[in-house]
Amino acid sequence: MNPAMPLLPERASSYAGEVDALFYFIVAVTVFFTVGVSIALVFFAVKYRRRSDADRPEEIHGSLALELTWTLIPLGIVVVMFVWGAKVFFHMNRPPDDAMTVSVVGKRWMWKLQHPTGQREINELHVPVGRSVKLVITSEDAIHSFFVPAFRIKKDAVPGRYNVAWFRATKTGTYHLFCAEYCGTEHSKMIGRVVVMAPEAYQTWLAGGPPPESPVVAGEKLFTELNCVTCHRPDSAGRGPVLQGLFGRSVKLASGDTVVADEAYVRESVVNPAAKVVAGYQPVMPTYQGQVSEEQLISLVAYIESLQVPTEASR
Amino acid sequence: MSTEATYPKDHFLSGGWDLKSWLLTTDHKRIGILYLLSISAMFVLGGIYAGLIRWNLLVPDGSHMSADTYNKTFTAHGVIMVFFFLIPSIPAVLGNFLIPLMIGAKDLAFPKLNLLSWYVYVLGAGITLYALLAGGLDTGWTFYTPYSTVFAQSNVEFAAIGIFVAGFSSILTGLNFIVTIHTMRAPGMTWFRMPLFVWAHYATAIIQVLGTPVVAITILLVALERIFHFGFFDPARGGDPILFQHLFWFYSHPAVYIMILPSMGVISELITCFSRKRVFGYSFIAMSSLAIAAIGFLVWAHHMFVSGMAVYSAMVFSALTYLVAIPSAIKTFNWTATLYKGSVSWETPMIYVFCFLGLFLIGGLTGLFLGNLGTDVHLTDTYFVVAHFHYIMVGGAIMGYLGAIHFWWPKITGRRYSEAWGRLSAVLIFVGFNLTFFPQFLLGYLGMPRRYYVYPDEFQVLNVLSTAGATLLGFGYLFPSFYLLHSLFKGKPAGDNPWGAKGLEWTVSSPPPTHNFETVPVVTEEAYDYAKPPKEAVVV
Repeated sequence: MNPAMPLLPERASSYAGEVDALFYFIVAVTVFFTVGVSIALVFFAVKYRRRSDADRPEEIHGSLALELTWTLIPLGIVVVMFVWGAKVFFHMNRPPDDAMTVSVVGKRWMWKLQHPTGQREINELHVPVGRSVKLVITSEDAIHSFFVPAFRIKKDAVPGRYNVAWFRATKTGTYHLFCAEYCGTEHSKMIGRVVVMAPEAYQTWLAGGPPPESPVVAGEKLFTELNCVTCHRPDSAGRGPVLQGLFGRSVKLASGDTVVADEAYVRESVVNPAAKVVAGYQPVMPTYQGQVSEEQLISLVAYIESLQVPTEASR
Repeated sequence: MSTEATYPKDHFLSGGWDLKSWLLTTDHKRIGILYLLSISAMFVLGGIYAGLIRWNLLVPDGSHMSADTYNKTFTAHGVIMVFFFLIPSIPAVLGNFLIPLMIGAKDLAFPKLNLLSWYVYVLGAGITLYALLAGGLDTGWTFYTPYSTVFAQSNVEFAAIGIFVAGFSSILTGLNFIVTIHTMRAPGMTWFRMPLFVWAHYATAIIQVLGTPVVAITILLVALERIFHFGFFDPARGGDPILFQHLFWFYSHPAVYIMILPSMGVISELITCFSRKRVFGYSFIAMSSLAIAAIGFLVWAHHMFVSGMAVYSAMVFSALTYLVAIPSAIKTFNWTATLYKGSVSWETPMIYVFCFLGLFLIGGLTGLFLGNLGTDVHLTDTYFVVAHFHYIMVGGAIMGYLGAIHFWWPKITGRRYSEAWGRLSAVLIFVGFNLTFFPQFLLGYLGMPRRYYVYPDEFQVLNVLSTAGATLLGFGYLFPSFYLLHSLFKGKPAGDNPWGAKGLEWTVSSPPPTHNFETVPVVTEEAYDYAKPPKEAVVV
C-alpha cells in the first residue's frame, strides 16, 4: 500500500479554489443538518422513551409555522447554493480569449492530443504553467470523459460533437488524467498524465522533437487534396460560401436562423453539409463523413479558422 | 396484545401448500410472498456480484479478475439490483400484501392482472439472467450509446429485451395500485385518512405508469439499433448518442423515487407506531410524496452536466433539482418532530427507522453536491456518485425495506422473531454500510472514477476500508435470513397486533384470513390516532 495517502485532492488550476470553496460550503450545510437532525432524533428518542406500556402521549397534529420555517429556510439555502454553483459553472465554461487551443480526441483506449504548434502526444499533455489552455474535445468511437482531478475539470468526449473546456494550471507538477465515462474493456487504463512545466521548460520541450506540422498547414494540404478549393474560392465566385474571415462570425442560414461559425459548426458543415446551408447557396456539397478522420477534421477546422481577409493561409 | 396469543386456524396460508395453490393464486397476499421469494433470490445474486466487485478492488492492479470479467460483474450487479430488486422490492412485496388490508379491501382491483405481473417479472428476469450468464453484459446498467449499440461485444440484445419485458410487470402493478386506491377504499377511508404508506405507493404507481414505458422503449431502441443498425443514436448515421441519455434518465431518475418513496411510506408507519404519535404534519408528508413524483420528472438532465449541454439548460435542471430536495427535507423534519413528546420504544423496526434517517440524511444532502453545477463537474462519474446513490438506494430504500419486513413479519407469518438478533443485525448493517460507502465519498472527491478495475496506488487504503465494510454488511444481511426462517418454525405466535399499532391490517388475524375481512370495515378515525388505545377490531 502507498504510505502517502492523500485525503484531499491537489489544487492546481485557477478555478480549483473556487470549486473547493463551494464544496466546503455545501459540506458545512450537510454537516449542520446531519448533526442537527441526528442530535434531535437521539435526544427525543432518549428523553421520550417508553416508560410504561400504558403510555398514551398527547396528540400533536402539526404546526403550519414550523412547516413554513423548515420549507423556507432550506429553500433559501439551496437558492444560494444554486446561484453560487451557476456562477462557478459559467466561469468554467467560458475559456479566456487568449487561451491556446489543444485538441483532444478520445479513442478506445487512449487520449490523442495535439498542440497548436502541431506537436502530437498520446496519454500525456505538456502545458506551461500560468497559461490558459482551451480544450476542444471529441471522440472517434464511444463517449469518453476528460478528467483531471487536480484541475477540477471534466468534459465528455462525444463522437460527432466538439465540447469545449479550459483550465489554467497554477502549479508545476504531474497530475492524473482519467477517462471518467465508461467506454469498455480497458476503460480504467485510458489514463495518462498532465505535465505542468515552467514556460521556459515548455519551450524547450516544444523544440525537442522533430519539427511538427502545425494543424493549419496540415489542414491547408487537406483542403487542396480534397478539392474543397474548387467551390470555396476566396473571390466569392465559387459555388460554396467564401471561407476567408468566416470563423467567429454570425452566419445567416437558408432556414432564416443565424449561427456563430465556431468549431462545431465548421465540423458539421464538412460531415453533414445539408444540416445548415448558408443563405443564398444551394445544398450541393457532398458529405465528407467517413472520408476524413477526427484528427484531419480538427486540422481542417484549424485551417479555416486561420483564413483571414484577404487570403492569407497563416495567422 | 394479549399475552396468550395463539396461532389462528384459518388464514391465507392454511388453504394449502401445493404448487397449484401458489402458481395459480390470485390472492394478493400469496402473490406478495411469491415476489418476496423471487426478489430475495435476486438480492442474493446481486449481493454476490457486489462482493466480487469489492474483492477485485482490494488490490489496485486488477490481479483478481480480468477487465472484461470486472465490467460484466458491475453491470450484472447494477442490472439485477436496480431492475429486479430495488424497483419491485417494497411495492411488489409489501404494497401487494398490505394495500388491500390497509384500505379495507378484499384484494387488489385486478387480482388476475396482479398474478400476471409476477409471471411477467419472472419471464423478464429469466431472459435477463440468461443474457448475464450466456455471454454476459458489459455496458453498465446505464446502456450508454454508442458503446452499447456499436462497440459492446456482449449479450446486449437479450438483456435489453429482458428489461423491456420486466418493465410491464412494474406498469401492471402500478396500474393495479392506482385503480385499487381510487375504487376499493372501505367506507370512511377518505383520502386523508389513508395511511401514508398508501399515499407513498400512490405516488410511486404514478411514476411507474408514466415513466416505465419510456425506458422500456428506449432500451428496446438499443436492441433494435444493434440488430437492424437503425442509427437512432449513432452520429455516423445522423443519430445522436446524447438523445439516449435524455430518454434513459427521463425514466431512470424518477426510478430512484420508485425505490425511495415506498420506503418513506414505511418510515411514516413505523415511526408513528413506535412513538405512539400521530405523524407530525400528515398532509405535508402526503403532499410531499406527490411533489417528489411530479418534480422528479423534470430533473433528469442533472446526470448530464458535463456532456456538453448548453449552460442555460444546465441551469434550469440544476434549479429544478434543488427544488426536489425540499419535499424530502420536509419529510425528514416532520418525522423527527413526530418523536417529540412521544412514547418511543426501541424495537427492531424502530432501529431500522433510526438507521434509515441517518443514512437518508447523508444520502439526500450529498445530492446537493451533485445537483450543484460548480461541484458536479468534479464529482460526477467518480466514487462520490457511487457513494451518494448507495446511501439513497441501500441506506434509504433497503433500510426501509428491512424495517418493513421486520415490522410486518409477525402479520405476514403470524410468528415473532428474536428481538435480540433483530437489533444486532440492524446495528451491524448500519456500521457495515457506513464503513463500505463513506470512504467512497473521499475517493470520489480525490478523483477516483467509477467503473475502474485498476486504480492508482494512493486510492488503495480507502478501497480496503470499503471492502472491509462490505464484508460486515454481507454478514449483517445474512443474519435476518437465519433468524427470520427460524421464527417460522420456532417463533412465538404473534397475535393480531403485537406492536399495538393502528391501521386496519392490525385488526385481522396474523396471518390474515384469505379474504382479509369477515365484514367490510368502517373507518371512523383518522390515521395514526394513537391517543386512543388500539381496539382489537374497529369493525362495526
